[in-house]
Formats: sequence, C-alpha cells, structure tokens
Amino acid sequence: MIVKELCQITSQKEIAHDIFELTLKGELPNSMNEPGQFVHMKVSNGLDPLLRRPISIANIDKKASEFTVIYRKDGRGTTILSEKQPGEKVDVLGPLGHGFPVEEVNKGETALLVGGGIGVPPLYQLSKELVQKGVRVIHVLGFQTKDVVFYEEAFSKLGKTYIATVDGTAGTKGFVTDVINNEELNFDIIYSCGPTPMLRALENNYSSNHKVYLSLEERMGCGIGACFACVCHTADDPTGFSYKKVCSDGPVFKAGEVLL
Amino acid sequence: MKGLQVELPGLSLKNPIMPASGCFGFGREFSDLYDLSMLGAIMIKATTVEPRFGNPTPRVAETSAGMLNAIGLQNPGLEKVYHVELPWLAQFDVPIIANVAGSTEEDYVQVAREISKAPNVHALELNISCPNVKTGGIAFGTIPEVAKNLTKKVKEVSEVPVYVKLSPNVTNIVDMAKAVEDGGADGLTMINTLLGMRLDLKTGQPILANKSGGLSGPAIKPVAIRMIYEVSQQVSLPIIGMGGVQTAEDVIEYFFAGASAVAVGTANFVDPFVCPSIINELPELVDRLGVDHISEITGRSWKTFEKSNHRA
Ligand SMILES: Cc1cc2nc3c(=O)[nH]c(=O)nc-3n(C[C@H](O)[C@H](O)[C@H](O)COP(=O)(O)OP(=O)(O)OC[C@H]3O[C@@H](n4cnc5c(N)ncnc54)[C@H](O)[C@@H]3O)c2cc1C
Ligand SMILES: Cc1cc2nc3c(=O)[nH]c(=O)nc-3n(C[C@H](O)[C@H](O)[C@H](O)COP(=O)(O)O)c2cc1C
Ligand code: FES
Repeated sequence: MIVKELCQITSQKEIAHDIFELTLKGELPNSMNEPGQFVHMKVSNGLDPLLRRPISIANIDKKASEFTVIYRKDGRGTTILSEKQPGEKVDVLGPLGHGFPVEEVNKGETALLVGGGIGVPPLYQLSKELVQKGVRVIHVLGFQTKDVVFYEEAFSKLGKTYIATVDGTAGTKGFVTDVINNEELNFDIIYSCGPTPMLRALENNYSSNHKVYLSLEERMGCGIGACFACVCHTADDPTGFSYKKVCSDGPVFKAGEVLL
Repeated sequence: MKGLQVELPGLSLKNPIMPASGCFGFGREFSDLYDLSMLGAIMIKATTVEPRFGNPTPRVAETSAGMLNAIGLQNPGLEKVYHVELPWLAQFDVPIIANVAGSTEEDYVQVAREISKAPNVHALELNISCPNVKTGGIAFGTIPEVAKNLTKKVKEVSEVPVYVKLSPNVTNIVDMAKAVEDGGADGLTMINTLLGMRLDLKTGQPILANKSGGLSGPAIKPVAIRMIYEVSQQVSLPIIGMGGVQTAEDVIEYFFAGASAVAVGTANFVDPFVCPSIINELPELVDRLGVDHISEITGRSWKTFEKSNHRA
C-alpha cells in the first residue's frame, strides 16, 4: 500500500564525493516488500522545488522501522536534501512501483547484479534478500572514478564484488560489460540498474539466453501512474499505442518488455 | 458537507472540489488512496477518437513553483474510455466531467456525441486549449470565431451541458469567453496551461523532448485569478476555476475572483491526498467568512460589498 508519511532522519552521511546515505525512520518500512521499489520525496515544505524526487530504496530494516536511500547531490532538490540534519522530517510517499522479482532465481543458483553509478543503491537490498534465500550473488559495479565509489565493502560481504571505473582509478578500467566478458562470469540471471546505454548492452548481450531484469529511470511527475510523464513504448509495439509507465508498471522490467 | 454543495449546469456537486483533467488519469491510481465518492466531481483525462501515445520523453520539467508538461494528450481512445474507464468509474458516487479533445471539428463532435451518452458523464469539458498537440487544440482556443463555431457544433450533439476550457495563451480572454457564450456554452473552465520552455544548462537544449510545454502549478495562479476576475464580470456563465490550487485558502481566492467551483491539477502530484485535505478544511474557512454557503462568496472581489448580514 502507498503511504505518505513524515519520516524522521536518523542519519545522513556523505559516503563518497557528493554521494549521501540517508536513513529515515517511520511506519513506511512495514509496507516495503520488494527490493527495487522507490520512494518519492518532497525535499522542501514550500512551493519550490515543487515536485517530489524519486529515489530508490537501498536498505530496509523492518526491526528498527528504518530504511536507507543513497543519492547523488546533483541539482537543487538533492542539494536541499543533503543539507538536512538528523531529527528533521522528510515527507515521503512510498513504496512505489514494482521491484526486482526475487522469485525468478532459485536457491543454489547464481545471480549477477550489475549496477552503474547511482543505479547501484537498490541492488544492495536485492543482494541481501537473494543471499538470505540461498542464492549466490556476484556484483559488478561501475562508477566514473574512485571518488564516487561507495558500498564496495558492504557488497563484498554478500558476495564476490568487481569494481570498474571509467578512468581506471579504482578496480578495472572500463565498463561493467568489460568485466563480465573478461572474467568469463557464469550466472543464471541478471538484475541491473544504471544508465540506459548500460542496460541496453546487457539486454543485447544476455537476454537471449538468460533471464535479465532492468530498472529504468525517467523524469516523473506523480510517481503513482496518473500523469503519463514517465511512459515508454513496449518492445513488441515500438511505434504504436501500447505503453508502460516506469513509475507504476516499473521501474523494473524484464529485458525485452519495453523499448530502451 | 454543509455549506459546500454547489449546483451548476448538469452538475449537482457535494462540494466544489474536483481533480483537473490530465492530473488524475481516470481515477484508478487515486482510488487506492481514498474513496473517490468524496470528490465533488472528476474531470477525466482528455479523450480523443483514436488512441494517442503522446509525445516522446522527457515530458515534464520542473520550474520555479511549477512545472512544464508536454504529455501530448496520451489516452486510450474513445472506445476504451467509454467501455472500460467510465463503467469502472460508475462504482463511485461522483459525477464525471469528460474532457473532449481532437484535431478537427469532426473529432470533437464525434467524441462529444458518444461520450455524453455515458450515464455517469454529467458534463463535457471542451478542451480547445491544449498547447501540446501540433494541430487543432490551440487554434480552436485562440480564434474567437473558431471557438464559437466549435462550441455550437458540439452543443448540437451533446446530451449533457458543455463547459469550454479556455486557454490563457490569448491577448483577450474576455473575447474568447464571450464567443463561446454566444456559441451556446453552458459554462467555462479556466485556465489551461501557459506555454513555456526550459533549457538544460549543460547542453543548452530544451529539457522537454517536445521543446515547449504547458506551465502549471502555483506559479500560474495569479494569471488565472486575474482572468477569472475579468471574465466573470463580462459573461453570465458559471466558471470552474483552476491553476495552482494547493490549499483551501486558494479555493476561497478563486471564489472571490468569480469561480463557482475549483479544480486541482498539479497539486495532486505533490500530494496525492490534496483533494480530500482541501475538502476537509473548507467548511471552517467558509464559516469564518461569516456566510452559510460557499456560493455566496463567488465574485466578492468585484461585487458591491454587502455587509454580511446573511445570517439573520
Ligand atoms: C525510479 C528512480 C529511482 C532513482 N533512484 C535514485 C537513487 O537511488 N539515487 C540517486 O542518486 N538518484 C536516483 N534517481 C535519480 C534522481 O531522481 C535524480 O537524480 C533527482 O531527481 C535529481 O533531482 P535534483 O533536484 O537534484 O535535480 P534537478 O535537475 O534540479 O531536478 C529537476 C527535475 O528533474 C528531475 N530529474 C533530474 N534528474 C533526473 C533523473 N536522473 N531521473 C529522474 N528525474 C530526474 C527531478 O526529479 C526534478 O523533477 C532515481 C530516479 C528514478 C526515476
Ligand atoms: C501533466 C498534465 C496533464 C494535463 N492534461 C490535460 C488534459 O488532458 N486536458 C486538459 O484539458 N488539461 C490538461 N492539463 C491542464 C490541467 O487540467 C489544468 O488546467 C492546469 O494544469 C492548471 O491547473 P494546475 O495548476 O492546478 O495544474 C494537464 C496538466 C498537467 C500538469
Ligand atoms: S510519473 Fe506520473 S505516470 Fe509515472
């Protein structure tokens, strides 16, 4: 069920250059039942900025009634968010959308989790749930440069973790797809979130013989499926009238379902 | 609720608050959040004869206290709206105002004729003011003679009262209002979005794939108030006002300007519970104004001020 709640900040830390980890407390975690869902956050009480900001849920801690998001301080909204202190409240709408299907992989099988930049956060909760289920996880995480790498250690605790940076300052130099090829990784399923060119490459290279699930990003208005801001074509009808809404049908889609 | 009922052509409203067209889909998403029967009415998404996919994304861009949209009238088409969406909405005790769009006169006439037959459609809202479609829409909304003729044609076929939605993208809004009044309109809804554009500071290019889009939200409220203030003094049609309404106070301001009911658009995206909140807050505000009924304050900004002895 979608809830709107004033959640209290319990911690806010800059964990890499301009990358913030924000933990919030409230009733909301009780309704969070799928990794890969997102929340829609109002960063100011006033009229400006007006719209909410979509941010993925990176960690759910039901026992503590807390959840964590990881975001990049980018434009106005995320800058305002980054200035908030523990104790302050944030207006959160969520959980929204459909996340990664954990049931698509069995105990004992291997899942490859591929993240790019600020697409990495939702993979953390996903990885935790997969490991809990007895699935072997491999992470391949791509970043621009060393300064913006985050959660390497946290992911390493859950499974083998490869880092790639565009400039080679951390991990291997290049893209996540290079790592998958060079390391000759074997896996039963791919879950991914990150920039569209990365998702497209994974879809082209692996969806013919693997299950592949991709989390998309699009500019949003409502976040709940009412405004038609975030619409994309379905792959079987690329110029027609059939569509999916990233906010409510997604953000996670099976590769081949929508036109990337 | 006491003091909030409003009677308008075709519409018997429990309260004067309704979601604006395009900002509420066909109600499904919001029905999971609250009981739609508490709304005064629902203005559904624009319906065209054929299904429309709309524009490429990005379709929205935020602006100071507002947003631009260029959705491009995406909708499933008359057939599906009539046979699926409207029957689904019939489970709620709420009148539907069907937003009718098209690119030719024949389109408008066909949608109006068919959709007005649906039992829960109590009025039409003729969308002659959408800035986001290449043909039609905006021309119908900016040339008084064209708007008048279209209104006439639609009135001939519609089984329910017809409200015409005015565009603010004109030099003289009163001329437009008078023209559609001459054409036989039963009411006005105003305003639609203002044409605008935003550029990306990194690329220098427009953010919206459609380049320009319609500005909505609190930023446009003063424009709407001014236009309703002018129009309500010059025509005798009831006005459903809209543009940046976020609070019950905003609603009162619209009534003062000359509106008889108010629609809430963009605010539904900021707070999906905004309509119920406003409805709950209104009675106290009306009470504080010293009137028994909200309709008593319509046009207070320009009506000769009568000392409020209404409570005798
Ligand atoms: C489903 C989903 C999950 C996301 N998860 C995360 C996450 O976990 N961590 C993270 O750092 N970022 C995430 N993003 C991207 C994040 O929403 C944007 O970085 C953020 O909205 C930028 O806001 P701003 O005010 O800083 O930027 P501004 O440029 O000032 O924002 C202006 C407007 O554009 C929108 N916008 C700008 N960039 C994006 C973008 N990349 N995607 C969608 N809308 C955008 C804003 O929401 C706002 O409406 C996610 C986006 C989506 C759609
Ligand atoms: C995303 C979006 C979609 C809209 N779609 C329609 C539409 O289909 N038909 C229409 O007549 N108006 C449409 N509008 C205009 C609104 O109904 C309303 O007139 C305008 O947004 C001003 O009100 P607001 O500031 O409360 O949003 C749309 C507005 C938005 C923001
Ligand atoms: S953001 Fe409104 S429909 Fe997806």
